[in-house]
Amino acid sequence: MNTGSALLRPGDLLVIVAGIALTAATAAARWGQTAPTIAQVRLDGRIVAELPLNGSHRVAIAGALGRQGDTVIEVQPGRARVAADPGPRQYCVQQGWLSRGGSVAVCAPSHITLQLTGPDGGADTVAF
Amino acid sequence: MDALEVRPDPRDRRLARYAAAAIAASLVEAAIPSPLPGVKPGLANIVILIVLVRHGWRDAAWVSVLRVLAGSLLAGQFLAPGFFLSASGALASLCALGALQPLPARWLGPVGRSVAAAFAHIAGQLLLARLWLVPHDGLFNLAPVFFAAALVFGIVNGVVAARLLRDNVA
Repeated sequence: MNTGSALLRPGDLLVIVAGIALTAATAAARWGQTAPTIAQVRLDGRIVAELPLNGSHRVAIAGALGRQGDTVIEVQPGRARVAADPGPRQYCVQQGWLSRGGSVAVCAPSHITLQLTGPDGGADTVAF
Repeated sequence: MDALEVRPDPRDRRLARYAAAAIAASLVEAAIPSPLPGVKPGLANIVILIVLVRHGWRDAAWVSVLRVLAGSLLAGQFLAPGFFLSASGALASLCALGALQPLPARWLGPVGRSVAAAFAHIAGQLLLARLWLVPHDGLFNLAPVFFAAALVFGIVNGVVAARLLRDNVA
């Protein structure tokens, strides 16, 4: 009869659509799993290698402990690790495979870091 | 001047009746198990919507505040964290309803107002929870679940209120 008694009025649909959009946008922003796509290797803070995480390969990089050996970065699909490092305590090697966006392995004696990044850079911190 | 006498006028009685209905709705709802704290149908909001359409925002605000206060007293939650969450949600949704009040009912009916209020409700609760109870952004990872619940229950409550208003019952 008159729109005053209709169950759904034009503005209602607008609000519902806005609600759906907000819910979807929040879900995409919060749950859109951004898998890392690139392993960045830095020496003294400068990027010396960017390895895509879609193949399998190993890269040897001469770090600050030059004569004692290279740091070996190993990449497999979706993950990367420091396979070998001349550092005395081997922290970055023992950290094992990195697979989350934003995670970092630091080989301090060699001045080398290995970090996984995704399209949006991933998380700022990862706590276990 | 003899004894202090409080004379409830018809408006007081009307507000009390609506508030009683809203309180009953929220108590019934407290018995419904929920997988996630915060995901609730919000049945009392049906009453608030009806009051809003019939008697305006001020009366709706009265019923809402009475519902939060008396409802929490009856549930034994007064001044517990749940009370403050409930109050912040009610306050936020009253703000949303107030902001939408100038829009003509021809264009925006109970359903739209209900959905907007439901989103404001959960947003107010999330904000307070983030500031006070769970001071970590990880809380917002639950936001999509809460928003989806707000959408569904907002629509359902709005349709129920719209039907009750149309049929002029309750």
